[in-house]
Amino acid sequence: MSDQTRTRIEELIRNHKVILFMKGTKHIPACGFSNAVVQILKKEAVPFETFNILADPDVRQGLKEYSSWPTFPQLYVAGKFVGGCDIVTELHQSGELTKELAGALK
Amino acid sequence: MPSPDSIRARLLDAFPGARVDVTDLTGTQDHFQAVVVASAFDGKSRVEQHKLVYAALGELMDGAIHALALTTRAPEAGVR
Repeated sequence: MSDQTRTRIEELIRNHKVILFMKGTKHIPACGFSNAVVQILKKEAVPFETFNILADPDVRQGLKEYSSWPTFPQLYVAGKFVGGCDIVTELHQSGELTKELAGALK
Repeated sequence: MPSPDSIRARLLDAFPGARVDVTDLTGTQDHFQAVVVASAFDGKSRVEQHKLVYAALGELMDGAIHALALTTRAPEAGVR
């Protein structure tokens, strides 16, 4: 990954408390797994940003390295990688996600 | 295209003695569900557990496997 791409990723993560890197957009998700996380964040009723990795191949490839995670969606909260669809779903069901989001947004 | 059996074999190589279930979700050998219960996950976070699985699958995650619904846990945690 280029320095420029790394800087862009770091800025995106720093500038948004809750950011979901996904296939498609919040309004038109292009993948069932990405959509599942969008719906969870809506249920959690927190403000969140989304980034469409399908529209940006550099960020798409760069994030795989940056997170050491080969798939999308990827959720970052307060600068920390939380997980993909399966982990976010588990954390939502257990209530841990609510706590993590509350801690990040207070 | 990988078969559920070949994915299972890869995971058992990486996690000897683990319980591994792999299902082909679509019948197209590219969307899978996997449940891995392995002692290697003991004391590790969910993110770390999934990273171990992705590392075991290596290049399969770069294209052959389009989607992998993944559940991991250490044996002691039991079935929830």
